[in-house]
Order: sequence, then C-alpha cells, then structure tokens
Amino acid sequence: MSSIAIELEKSKVHDHEHEHEHEHHELNFIQKYIFSEDHKVISKQFLISGLIWALIGGSFSILFRLQLGFPDANLEWLKPILGEWIQNGKLDPSFYLALVTMHGTIMVFFVLTAGLSGTFSNFLIPLQIGARDMASGFLNMLSYWFFFASSLLMFVSLFLETGPASGGWVIYPPLSALPQAMSGSGLGMTLWLCSMAIFIISSLLGSINYITTIINMRTRGLSFTRLPLTIWAFFVTAIIGVLSFPVLFSAALLLVFDRSFGTSFYLSEIYIGGEALHNMGGSPILFQHLFWFLGHPEVYIVLLPALGITSEIIATNSRKPIFGYRAMIGSILGIAFLSFIVWAHHMFVTGMNPFLGSVFMFLTLIIAVPSAVKGFNYIATLWRGNIVFTPAMLFSIGLVSLFISGGLTGIILGNSALDIQLHDTYYVVAHFHLVMGSASFFGFMAGVYHWFPKMFGRMLDERLGYFHFWMTFIGVYLVFFPMHYIGIAGFPRRYYSFTSYDAFSTFSDLNMFISAAAIITFSAQLVFGFNFFYSIFKGRKSTQNPWRSNTLEWTTPVNVGHGNWVGEIPSVYRWPYDYSKPGASDDFIPQHIPLTSTPESNLPHEIEEAKTEVVQ
Amino acid sequence: MNTFIISAAVVLLLVIFFLLMRVGSLLSILKGSYSKRVGSSNSINAAMFPIFFVVGLALIFWYSGKASEFYLPKSASEHGIITDNLFWLITAIIMIAFIFTNTMLFYFPYKYQFNENRKAFFYPDNHKLEIIWTIIPAIVLTVLVIFGYKTWTDITAPAPKDAIVLEITGKQFNWIVRYPGKDGKLGTYNYKLIDATNEVGIDFSDKSSFDDFLPREIHIPKGRPVQFKIRARDVLHSVFLPHFRQKMDAVPGMPTTFWFTPIYTTDEMKSITGKSDFKYELACTEVCGKGHFGMKFLLVVDEPEDFEKWYGTQEAFLKKNPDYLANVPLEIKSLAIK
Repeated sequence: MSSIAIELEKSKVHDHEHEHEHEHHELNFIQKYIFSEDHKVISKQFLISGLIWALIGGSFSILFRLQLGFPDANLEWLKPILGEWIQNGKLDPSFYLALVTMHGTIMVFFVLTAGLSGTFSNFLIPLQIGARDMASGFLNMLSYWFFFASSLLMFVSLFLETGPASGGWVIYPPLSALPQAMSGSGLGMTLWLCSMAIFIISSLLGSINYITTIINMRTRGLSFTRLPLTIWAFFVTAIIGVLSFPVLFSAALLLVFDRSFGTSFYLSEIYIGGEALHNMGGSPILFQHLFWFLGHPEVYIVLLPALGITSEIIATNSRKPIFGYRAMIGSILGIAFLSFIVWAHHMFVTGMNPFLGSVFMFLTLIIAVPSAVKGFNYIATLWRGNIVFTPAMLFSIGLVSLFISGGLTGIILGNSALDIQLHDTYYVVAHFHLVMGSASFFGFMAGVYHWFPKMFGRMLDERLGYFHFWMTFIGVYLVFFPMHYIGIAGFPRRYYSFTSYDAFSTFSDLNMFISAAAIITFSAQLVFGFNFFYSIFKGRKSTQNPWRSNTLEWTTPVNVGHGNWVGEIPSVYRWPYDYSKPGASDDFIPQHIPLTSTPESNLPHEIEEAKTEVVQ
Repeated sequence: MNTFIISAAVVLLLVIFFLLMRVGSLLSILKGSYSKRVGSSNSINAAMFPIFFVVGLALIFWYSGKASEFYLPKSASEHGIITDNLFWLITAIIMIAFIFTNTMLFYFPYKYQFNENRKAFFYPDNHKLEIIWTIIPAIVLTVLVIFGYKTWTDITAPAPKDAIVLEITGKQFNWIVRYPGKDGKLGTYNYKLIDATNEVGIDFSDKSSFDDFLPREIHIPKGRPVQFKIRARDVLHSVFLPHFRQKMDAVPGMPTTFWFTPIYTTDEMKSITGKSDFKYELACTEVCGKGHFGMKFLLVVDEPEDFEKWYGTQEAFLKKNPDYLANVPLEIKSLAIK
C-alpha cells in the first residue's frame, strides 16, 4: 500500500473516531440491552435465542424418538404438557408429524442459521476485521428484531388447536397448500409461511450488513488474503444467503397465493375431501425446484460458518498455521459456487427428466472434491502440532470427524442410481444429521466455548466442557450411525410406526437403542446450559488472550466496550496464522505485530516486505 | 408421594453435582493448574480420541456382521442386483476412506498432544500434497459417476414395448391399482369424474376403459418387464418397492412411471428368506398426512402361467358396477355390454 493511501485511510479513521466521540453518551437500559445497535449485544441476543430454540427443537426430537423407540410405552405422563396430543397414552400421529416438521424447521433455520451465523457473524466480523461496529447498526438491530418477530409467530403456532405446520420442513404442496389434507396445513401453515417470510427479511438484512462490513471496514493492512478463515466463511455464507433466500421467499409467496387466492402455481387435478378442485396446470415439482434452490445452499449456509470457526480454533490450538490457507479459501468458494447447481439431487425420484438426474449426479459428486480438500487440510493442520485440548478444540476435532463420516455417505446418496432405494429412508436422515446437523452444531458449540471469554469476560468451566463434549460426541455417533443400517433396510422417514409392514418389522431393538442414546445426548446438553448461564455470572475471570490467539479480537480489553477498542484501532501486518514460527520466541505472533519488530522470525519474502512496511 | 421422592432425589443429585464442580474448581486453583498452559486433563482428552476410534470401529464391524441378515433385503429385480453391487462397491470405497482419514484424525491428537518442551512444526502449505489429495478423490469420483450414470440410464430408460402395464394411484391413505384388461390399453381418466366408487376417475366414454379392472393386490409375472404408471389424486405420495429397488413419486397432475423385471416369485422368496409368510410390500415414502405410515399395498409375483390365469379371471370394473353404464355414450354402449 502506498503511503498516500495510508494517509487517506488514517484521516478517514480519525474522522470516524471523531464521530464516535460525538455519539458517545449514556444509553438507557432499553437502548443498551434490548433495542441495541451494538453488534456484541445483538450477537448475544441471537445466541441466547438460538440456544432456547435448540432446547425446544431438541426436546421435540426426544418426544418423537420416544414414539419410535418405545412404541408401546404409556405416555400419559406427558399429558400435562401435551394435552390432547396424547390420546390413550399414545402420541397422536398428526402431532408426530408436527413434531418432525417443527424439529426440522427450528433446527435448520432458527438454531443453525440464525443462532450460528447471527451469533458469530455479528460478534466476530467487527472484532476480527478491526471495525468499531457493523456498517449499519440500525439494520443489524432490525435483523435481530425481525428474527424475534418470526420466532414469536413460529412459537405461537405450536399452541394452535389444529397444530403447527406438519407436512415436513420442506412443506411440499399440495399437502401444505390444502387445509383439508391435514390439520397442520390450516392456520399452522399460514403462521409458518408468515414466520419464514419475516425470517428471510431478517436473514437478508443481516447478510447485507455482513458483506458490506467485510468489504468496506477492514482495518489498515487487513487485505482479503490476510483475513481469518472465519471471516472468509461468514463472507461467503452471507453471499449465498443473499442469492438464495429470496428464492425461498418467492416459493413461499406463490404458496400463499395458492392457499389464499385460488391460484394454481403448484396445484393441478386434485380430488380431495369429496370434491374435485378447480386448479389446473400447476406443478408441485416447481415448488420443489424453488425450495431446493434455497434448500441446498442452505446446507452450506449452515455448515460454512461452522467450518470457518473450526479452522480458526484448530489452528490456534494446534499452535500451527492452518494448512493450505489459500486452498481453504478456494474450497470455500468452490463449495459455495457448486452449492447453487446441485439442488435437484434432492429430486431424483420426483419424476424429473432422467437426463437432468445424470447432470445433477455429476455436479453433486464434484462437490466432494473441495470438501475432501478441507478434510485433509484439517488433518494436516493437526499433524506435528502441539495440541491443547480446550473444549472448543475438542468440538472442532469432533466436527471434522462428523463432517467426514457424514460427507462420505453423500457419495452414495448423490449417485442417482443408488438414491432410488435410499431416498427418503433413514439413510438420508443419518447422512444429513451427521454432515450438516451435528457438524454445524459442533461448530456452534466450538464457537461458544472459544469466544465465551470475549463475550462475557469470563471462562466456561472446562471440566463440564469436557464432559459435555464426550457425552455429545459419543452420543451423536450412537444416535446417527445405527440409522445407516435402518436406512439400508429401507425404513422410510417420517413414519409414525413400522409395525404394519413385514419388511420394516426388524430393528425395533436398534430403534430403542437410538432413542435411549438420544435421551442421554440431549440430557448432556442441559449440563452445557447450566455451565453457560452459571459462567456468565460466576465463571472464572478471563485474561485478555486466554487461548494465545493471533486474531484482532484478543487485542480488545477483557470486557469490550462500545466501539471495541479504547483509542486507535490496531493495524494488521501479517496473516492470522503465525503460530510456532521458527525463530520466534513465543509460539504465536498476533496480527497487529509489525514484521519489522520480528526480524528473528521473518521468512524470506517477509524480509522483503518488512523493508517497505510503514508502521502506524 | 412418589413424584415428591423422585423430585427430591433429582434436586439432591443436582446439588451434589454442583458441589462437586465447585470443589473441583477450588482444587484446581490450589494445585495451580490454571496458571499452567495445560492441565492433566489434556493427556486424558488426547488418549480418549484413539480409544473412542478403536472401540467405535470394533462396534461397527461387530454389528455389521451380526445384523447383516436384517439390512438390505435380497434384491428381487434385475436392476436391483446391479445397484446392490454398486452400493457395496462404493460402501467399501468410502469405508476405506473413512478408516484412513479417521485413523489420522484420531491418532494425531494423541501423538501431538501439548508438550511444554516441543514446538509445533510451522508448515503452512505443500502444493504437491494438496494437488495429490485433490486429484485422487476427483479420479475416484469420476469413475463412480461413470458407473452410476450407466446404471441410472439403464434403469430410467423407456419401458420395453412388451412390458406388462398397470396404473397405480395414490390417495390419502391407500393405493388404487388398475390393469388395462384384455385389450392391453388403459382407458383415459379425468379427475373430475372421481367419486366414491370410481376412485380413479375412469372415463367411460373411452372404449378401452370397458375391460379395465381394479384388483385388491398387485400381481405381476416373473421374468417379464412390468411398467407402473403412477398418479396421485390429492397430495404427493411415493411408490416404494423395497425388494425391487424401485421408487417414484406420485404427483397430482403429472403422471410418472418406472419399470423393472422381477426375478423371484413370491413362493421363491419364501424359501430364499426362510419366511413362510413372506409378502412383497409397497410403501409410501413421501409424507402425505396423518396416515402416511399405513399406506401398505401387497404385491404378488407369479409364475407367468399363473399370472395369465389370474389376469383372465379378473372381473372388469364396469361389470362389477353396472351403474356406470349410464356414463357410456350411446353409440358404443353395445361394446360395453358385451
């Protein structure tokens, strides 16, 4: 960078600080903690909302696992909570579908999209790129409150007499379009659609903000090739979101038209409830195309932030640079691009033209290549490291394992010829719960353990963290690995009971085992919940840089105030992964340390750079 | 009273648990482990990874052997044998990749756990290595795509001309099957003609519909290609024949189809599986409402001559329900009565 440009930058920063001083006046409670425009408060709002949703979504899975694992058990004791949904000591089959649907919706959108991206994009983008806040604090605040409104609608729908939306989280019409097809397609579905429309607005407001902030507000010296991989992941995730969520919005809008205004976008030649409907010429397959055009990128909206978080944590705790930094960026970009052109692999058996099936099989299997690169790079980062097992590190290693295990079965499911048998069976359930659900959840947890000290100025209890990790890691494998066997045997998803089929009459013992494992795994999350809330108030006080990490957020005070840095924002002089550099006295060199002050450890090309380095 | 005792016990347990945690933290402070880079738990965690992997892998192999008779039922269709082989081939490949990568992933944490006197190896990249592990998966995947493509195009190719044709319609919550009768042609239909008896909306102004019959279970002959024409009346359903490795969604307004060749009769399957009550089953695999899990339909594979016999004895819908003769246009009524 030329010195003139630096001067300009500098004056800009001074202007900004000038403004900042003007802004600084005492905020009242509501401005500070509720309608806050501070990215750190907003991220905590997303985090706590996400955790509450995770508890609700998780407990739903326990309820339907009770039905699947112990079909003969008497559930009368749940009557005080579930009321009429328990009939003669059994879960109502309609309610079973409602649970499955809500579990999916909540986990995918409210926990792993809003909870994960909302928390960490908001928290880390300004802190890691050296900005005082997001580009627009107001839009950021709106993003949270739209999410809150959307959560509220979804939550209200749980208490409807006709039940919440029940046609699966993919809400395929005509089932979701016709209230006479199932009770959940009445008011429950209306609320689902309204809630999701508002959710999409929230997501777009957030994403636009993340993109703008990352492009425009990086501190001096922080070029794109020096960005931590977390920021790269959040950046690309936000771009995917901006491009794909509007398509879901349009799909939902057309469904609203079909439901309420008599149009026929998705409906054709239907005879239901004793009458032939007037709708002609629509196509339910159109909805599936539109839905999965978001739905598949959504997988990566959920997964990429988790992978970014993991990259950062694995490098920090292996005390080693992330292996193949540029390849990691390349694979993030490759995965993001490919994620837009593989959607129809969810639709191999919908009656779509078989030739399209071949094309999508080919494109789908290509995505395994950048994914494999990421897996290998994580492993290579661990190799000859000096590994510190913080709970965050454990969850990150767990993520890599789940990502590999779940990703490999994608090679089978992406093969259209094999998908014929496995489509909509438990094999699919096992696959996506490992690669997307659990892996992203592990990324989420890793992030919470790693950045908790920065968020609250206190540490989470480590031993509870270890307990939480091992229970969850072992538990997740015990729950989802056996589902492969059940899936290969052909057991379909979303079945209330298998007893009427001879073909699906086996494996009742394995289903019981899975349910027991799920209950234990879920209980272990309560330990985390306790640790989280207890440590906010009573945890051990954190030091400024507890993990000896390189990135900028650890140069802020322990309890970060509004504006993040007291005084000037630090400049960046190096990439974020200078761990265990030969010649250096310590095993990390933070990004804000100039090359000129570390002549003992500079690499040949850095010695050249150091000659022209201007230290602010 | 019982509830009270249980809740008291739970509360007590939680209190003990909490006290243990506090005592643990105090002990750590006393021992000074917070001031050290890592505590003793670091080596425990490091060792847990390989232990977890070895035990887990042993369990996988043990259970895969033990339960092998329960998963993947024997294929009863021609293409099913090919897809099964492909499935096991790819499973073997991914198991190798699974074991190879996880071995490293779980061994490295143990081997390279923190040691105060060691420094990690600064190793930011190695282009040769990265190219190798980009190209190898790419080649393996290309080969798998080619296998998959070949199989997929064979399975989804148009049904042979001599295929037995039948129509299956999904509705909440059962299936309706229609055969074309002796003329080998299914009559046309119109969803607006559906009523409680004419459940698939057969149009009796088309004379090929006169001999269509709607049996209570599907019969198909062994060794001949069979084509299913698939429709749905209300919402999405999906026809799944687990033993024949076939599945296709039933879509309102958009007819779909699949075909396959059965290779074992129901009786042969009885002796193959050792179950005297073996039956081929058809299930719904696209969520379609409250009764989704109960949409079972039975299918029988006969020897060709038994199939012909069965086919000949089926009574046409119009014969069983003469009221519908009123819907037949006058000029062809004579054909219908015959």
